[in-house]
Amino acid sequence: MAERRIIVVGGGLAGLMTTIKVAEAGLPVDLFSVVPVKRSHSVCAQGGINAAVNWKGEGDSPARHFDDTIYGGDFLADQPPVKAMCEAGPSIIFLLDRMGVTFNRTPEGLLDFRRFGGTLFHRTAFAGATTGQQLLYALDEQVRRHEAAGLVRKFETWEFCSAVIDEAGRCRGITALDLRAMEVHPFAGAAVMLATGGPGIVFGRSTNSQVNTGSAASAAYQQGAHYANGEFIQVHPTAIPGPDKLRLVSESVRGEGGRIWVPRDGKPWYFLEEWYPAYGNLVPRDIATRAIFRVVFELGLGVDGQPMVYLDVSHLDPRMLERKVGGVLEIYEKFVGEDPKKLPMKIFPGMHYSMGGLWVDYRHMTSIPGLFAAGEVDHQYHGANRLGANSLLSCLYGGQVAGPAMVAHARDQAVPEANGLLEREAKRQADQYARILRMDGSENAYALAREMGEWMTANVTVIRENAKLQATDDKLRELKDRWGRIGLADRGRWANHEVSFVKQLWNMLDLARVMTLGALRRDESRGAHYKPDFPERDDVHWLKTTKAGWTSDGPEFSYDPVDVSLIPPRPRKYEVVAAAGGLGD
Amino acid sequence: MTERSIELRVKRQTGPDAEPYWQTFRIPWRPQHNVVSALMEIRLHPVTAEGERVPPPAWEASCLEEVCGSCAMLVNGRARMACTALVDKLDQPITLAPMTKFPVVRDLIVDRRRMFRALQQIEGWIPIDGTYDLGPGPRISPERQEFMYRLDQCITCGCCLEVCPQVSQEGGFIGAAAIAQALLFNLHPTGEMNKDERLDALMGPGGIADCGNAQNCVEACPKDIPLTHAIGEIGRQTTGKWLRDIFFR
Repeated sequence: MAERRIIVVGGGLAGLMTTIKVAEAGLPVDLFSVVPVKRSHSVCAQGGINAAVNWKGEGDSPARHFDDTIYGGDFLADQPPVKAMCEAGPSIIFLLDRMGVTFNRTPEGLLDFRRFGGTLFHRTAFAGATTGQQLLYALDEQVRRHEAAGLVRKFETWEFCSAVIDEAGRCRGITALDLRAMEVHPFAGAAVMLATGGPGIVFGRSTNSQVNTGSAASAAYQQGAHYANGEFIQVHPTAIPGPDKLRLVSESVRGEGGRIWVPRDGKPWYFLEEWYPAYGNLVPRDIATRAIFRVVFELGLGVDGQPMVYLDVSHLDPRMLERKVGGVLEIYEKFVGEDPKKLPMKIFPGMHYSMGGLWVDYRHMTSIPGLFAAGEVDHQYHGANRLGANSLLSCLYGGQVAGPAMVAHARDQAVPEANGLLEREAKRQADQYARILRMDGSENAYALAREMGEWMTANVTVIRENAKLQATDDKLRELKDRWGRIGLADRGRWANHEVSFVKQLWNMLDLARVMTLGALRRDESRGAHYKPDFPERDDVHWLKTTKAGWTSDGPEFSYDPVDVSLIPPRPRKYEVVAAAGGLGD
Repeated sequence: MTERSIELRVKRQTGPDAEPYWQTFRIPWRPQHNVVSALMEIRLHPVTAEGERVPPPAWEASCLEEVCGSCAMLVNGRARMACTALVDKLDQPITLAPMTKFPVVRDLIVDRRRMFRALQQIEGWIPIDGTYDLGPGPRISPERQEFMYRLDQCITCGCCLEVCPQVSQEGGFIGAAAIAQALLFNLHPTGEMNKDERLDALMGPGGIADCGNAQNCVEACPKDIPLTHAIGEIGRQTTGKWLRDIFFR
């Protein structure tokens, strides 16, 4: 009997934390990633990571953090795991500190904390404005240490194809494509983690990296894993519009004093500060994004008549800016060619994050036994809207929970021999790629993806109307049809990215339908999901977790009650502080 | 008036052992193009300037904001990140070629695994006891943190190795990136406890002594990492260790 190995797919924060936890428990890990793990999308996280240590003496606590997160998420998240995450926050920050993350410091040499959206406390630890990069590197270094000790084998530039599922419905390993040799190989695993990130590329242009297709999550969904709350898509209020990408301008820029305005009657109008006096520029992202849409599209006040508003830091101390948000200002300067320390930045909302993802239980296991998920790819912590600086925390906490749960799962299971199961699945996947390689129609896969992105951005982001959602689903089905008429420009059998992309595109289209139809069905407004025809939150009918299951005719939806046992739902109104502060402690 | 266009000459190579060749592509001009977005445009219509339908060039890119380190290549002969190479600031035709100090995988993609191996060689990590809850880490002054943060920006892109006369595909010099990382860990109060192991790794063949002081690395670094300063500092640390080894062993 071969030794029991754990498989981790994805080398971002969640995957690396899982890897470290499993290796620390003494089990060997096979770590798969489409890019060298040090290049994972976690590097793009800028502003920071939340933990309620109360080091500014403001009366902050994990209970406050818990309340802000639940309220910020408009009560859609199951509460017990969110509470546990917020309680773990301080110990996670301390662990990162011990790993050598170059967090900003106070004069006393302690960790510094700053403000972020959706809270009134200084709760966010940060390393300049490249916190995700620094966190990922710290974990990458720890994984390298385990790799040097022989506990971790890395498969970099390998792509997840499918889970291997036995007759009893248990996950027994994966198949993966070597993106250089273009060969599919099977790998046995006593437990499998999908930590494959979000689906930004489904929207074409977003703040996400090119690798964030959601393809792996979709593959698991097509194999029977439930996908939950897919309709909840976060659009970040401040991104730099670009033809290839919407580059993020971190919320921390506002946390450090940046102000949003548009010219009105020849004077700056700070509309967020006027509408939301308590939170001002630091209202949660869904609120800020809708406010910008209102100013630009309803009031017609976009800068120069364009869909853009100003984000201004030109009044702030340049040395402070350099120290605390230098990285993000540098991105703006490199791509736009203007110095934000002197001229206000021109920004507009851009698709940023998926609150939804593979449904997981409190141990991070999906609906397929033995298959786990953590990080943006799971649905667990952010409800209907994620608060800034909570994503890095949820990635790390998810990995901390999932790693030991996978070890326990691996040790508990008496698993029979696989009897050719793995090889059969690898053959099935290899045959699929061989078929793709022969496709000789007239459609271009990248052009189809662009069309998908334009439709999804137009109709399944900030403002949702049922007629347009239905039209989008019709379009997605048309695109799936046209997918069958793709012709490959590249028939090479070495490092052929097009072959892999054609498969990803199919997976993205399936996931896009889950998001679109989930939104179509949910006739209410909650967090990031906003329908002008149904402007109120409707707890009677829709305080429910959406669960999509794959069928050949499209997603089949079911709904679970939300565990609101710890904080009773209350109206979400950032116009007043008292509504947010109603914590029963 | 003819429509404005962007012309790109791309060095192609179908695999590690194949002969390289050049192809020219032309795409419509648009504001805000960078080299990666231009390559994306070619994918939509992979036809050469001569009208021949060809496999689109293969390249590596992910974040498109110069923080993942994927897209380093030679743009008009200069090692840099393709995503921040803005088309309107480049002379045309824009020539794109793979870096030369790493084996070519295909077209513009090179194999940079030696850089990750180098990080293992220098023991580039803080040897923590474990991930369980052991309280906060050591205090660090803001000044030290600010310097460490600059070193911690390294995206392992390989530009510093590409421009270094001492680095070759066959091996040789470990390069500036790994040396700067050794300094980063040696500056950390916990990392300092294993300082000597890191210095040992840099005192052998291919180590710090192979630096020829050309100072090209610091010029090429897209993240403005003080590489020559780091090399100088590690040089002092290794000299100190060498003397200690002689007198106190």
